[in-house]
Amino acid sequence: MTATAEKFDLTIDGTAASTPKAPGVPSARSATRPTNTRLSTAIAERRHVPKRSGKADPTAHLTAEDVEALAMELDELRQGVLESRGVEDAAYIRKVIDVQRKIELASRAVLLFAIFPPAWIVGTAGLSVAKILDNMEVGHNILHGQWDWMRDPKIHSTTWEWDSATPAALWKHSHNELHHTWTNVIGKDNDLGYGIMRVDEDQRWTPAYLGQPIYNFLNMCFFQYGIAAYDLEIGKQLAGRGDKEDFKRNGKMVLRKVGRQARKDYLLHPLLSGPSFLHTMAANATANFVRNVWTHSIIMCGHFPAGVETFARASIDGESRGEWYLRQMLGSANISGSKALHIMSGNLSHQIEHHLFPDLPSNRYGEIAPRVQEICERYGLTYTTGPLYKQVASAWGQVISLSLPNPEPGRRRVGIAAQQIGKQVRRKLRNRRPVRTA
Amino acid sequence: MFVLCEQFGARFSRALVRKLAYLIAHSGTMTAVLPLRTTPGSTRSRPSLRTVLRRVAEAVVTPVLPDDYLDLIAPMRAGADLRGRVVSVTPETRDAVTVRIKPGRSWAGHVPGQYIRIGVDVDGVRNWRAYSLTSPVDASDGIISICVKAIPDGKVSNHVVRALQPGTLIHLDQATGDFTLPSPRPARALFVTAGSGVTPVMGMLRNHLDELHDVVVIHSAPTEPDVIFAAELREWAEAGRIRLVERHTDTQGMVGTDALDELVPDWRFRETWACGPTGMLDAFEAAWADAEITDRLHTERFRPVIIAEGEGGTVTFGTQRITVDADGATPILDAGEAAGVLMPSGCRMGICFGCVVPLKEGAVRDLRNGDLTIAAKGDGIRIQTCVSAAAGHCEIDL
Ligand code: FES
Repeated sequence: MTATAEKFDLTIDGTAASTPKAPGVPSARSATRPTNTRLSTAIAERRHVPKRSGKADPTAHLTAEDVEALAMELDELRQGVLESRGVEDAAYIRKVIDVQRKIELASRAVLLFAIFPPAWIVGTAGLSVAKILDNMEVGHNILHGQWDWMRDPKIHSTTWEWDSATPAALWKHSHNELHHTWTNVIGKDNDLGYGIMRVDEDQRWTPAYLGQPIYNFLNMCFFQYGIAAYDLEIGKQLAGRGDKEDFKRNGKMVLRKVGRQARKDYLLHPLLSGPSFLHTMAANATANFVRNVWTHSIIMCGHFPAGVETFARASIDGESRGEWYLRQMLGSANISGSKALHIMSGNLSHQIEHHLFPDLPSNRYGEIAPRVQEICERYGLTYTTGPLYKQVASAWGQVISLSLPNPEPGRRRVGIAAQQIGKQVRRKLRNRRPVRTA
Repeated sequence: MFVLCEQFGARFSRALVRKLAYLIAHSGTMTAVLPLRTTPGSTRSRPSLRTVLRRVAEAVVTPVLPDDYLDLIAPMRAGADLRGRVVSVTPETRDAVTVRIKPGRSWAGHVPGQYIRIGVDVDGVRNWRAYSLTSPVDASDGIISICVKAIPDGKVSNHVVRALQPGTLIHLDQATGDFTLPSPRPARALFVTAGSGVTPVMGMLRNHLDELHDVVVIHSAPTEPDVIFAAELREWAEAGRIRLVERHTDTQGMVGTDALDELVPDWRFRETWACGPTGMLDAFEAAWADAEITDRLHTERFRPVIIAEGEGGTVTFGTQRITVDADGATPILDAGEAAGVLMPSGCRMGICFGCVVPLKEGAVRDLRNGDLTIAAKGDGIRIQTCVSAAAGHCEIDL
């Protein structure tokens, strides 16, 4: 390679290049169509595959043209943000990272003297905030690739790691890829109840769901480990599916991460605090707990509250970009509130906008939210939102009420549950009898 | 935290701390506190206290690195990624500036004539470009300088010339390049430059003019006000330290090789350094080849502008040694997989970033909105292969 300068100043994003923009997506021109129909806004005809419950299609009133037009409007909205993305956005994320690190440093420094109650309180509060910022506005969004465009290798989805038990690599797979692609598709999106809960009437009820208010509570308390176990797809392993080798390798990765995190919070920092050993340990555990409860609550509000739609597995075959957008809008719920709430929730309070455009910088969701809401209204689609306490209550309400089977005319839900349990017990006993006589 | 560690170490027996820290640093989990596994027969020397402390510091701040915190306070410290602080930006001509930069403590110095790559954030996006160094190698303040000329549509050069502010932190690579003077210095030297091609030559002359006794400089620029470093060059000429041939090409035309015999009759006997546009260098290389003295000519080329073809191209997956032809509508992910390349992937619709790989060189177009991304050698720009189609030849790091 040789040197000197100017001549190789290349336009990077085509804005200055005089090359014409390529048409959105190949039409008749190419024989090799992209393998993913979601890359195209083109849609031949509307179809609806009903769920078990036979619930009406919330998008029945939209024609194929409507959905295509909707896709184009949303694409345009995205493009508008892309084009205005720049210095201020870059400064924003650097600022948040900077603030997060300083809060964390300061809190941990204060906690060296955790033996004094005021220090314990201030330090624990600060560390909780730092951990929440790290997980939400910083980690979650960087790992989504929202900041990859800056080409800063230090703030990049491929290099980032966060203060959570789950390794970034595993989380990116289960969250970015599986959850964001298959959002709210019953049987495909494991985020729907995390595989341990029933959060939609269309999920089949089994007696195991009776305990889900308790599972949910426990999951909330130990959420970071819950996510790690979830990303590891432990359920799949227990069910005998899934690759053994992958599981082993990923399991090691998780254990290493869990170990490192625990060693830091429960051994090294307490050791550094000398006589405050136990106090620091308790402070760190509290901060982790606070972070767990907060992130769990925010995330529960994203897809569990009443009003959020789910989709039948067969309904997404050959899904176009517009239909994918529809699913994202109807399958997510926002939280209304102050700027502080938005930042502390990593802008997941703008869950609908985030699900439509998971790769747009989080600081821009707020600004496009009114336009998304307007589009929803114009197309006659529900835009679910509400204040935090309401959404949390609604999500918990779903978890509790759906722990029982769906009501049937003339029968009480408890009665149906009792009957089902009876059936299962009898079946178990019948199956065991031959073994005993043999 | 790190400091505390050291105090801690001073208070107790050093050896004990070392042992303890070593164990902590190596315990993968809290339960398994085991020393490093060593293969039979391998004699692993005990790590130094420094290494051990570093590992402890790492364990204390995981999942980030101690460097991430140190960068907050001392981004220019030794051992950090090389960065520099812009000290001043002064105009040389109407579209060229000299940028003086205080490099970080990791700066390893340079040889006059070499260039550095600088990483500048333009509109929030980091861009890397190479510029020749023009500064003395032994400046007492340790400041280095480059000269940047704004070219039409040049994203970085225009930003540097018109918007770069003193105090800005920029990213640097160590100096490199072999467009330098040999030692002993040549008895007779000829420098042929055009436009900002004068910058590496200026680097050599500012440092070594005293050691050169017979120097001819042929320097071209479109018009008189465009001549970079005009005053300094003319001053040297007046003092008789160089012979300067200054050409204004708008009125006088380019210096062709046919003019050489007249301008520098003894050019065949001179060690020659040439830097300028590709056309000029090609002509000079041909002339020197004809005269069978190619070893006496040193050239520094501008990197050619890559022009995106817009529609498709060959895609090379270097590590897996596979090359495919991809059209402008096929995602590189599909094209690669069809040819049997092992590629990371996920949603295949541009949202999960599970398919991100470095584009070492080439141009790709985003299938969603037509945006072009161009990578030049060394850039390694990460692209999403599931929504990017080739827009010219591409080299993918897979
Ligand atoms: S495969 Fe998901 S972004 Fe490319």
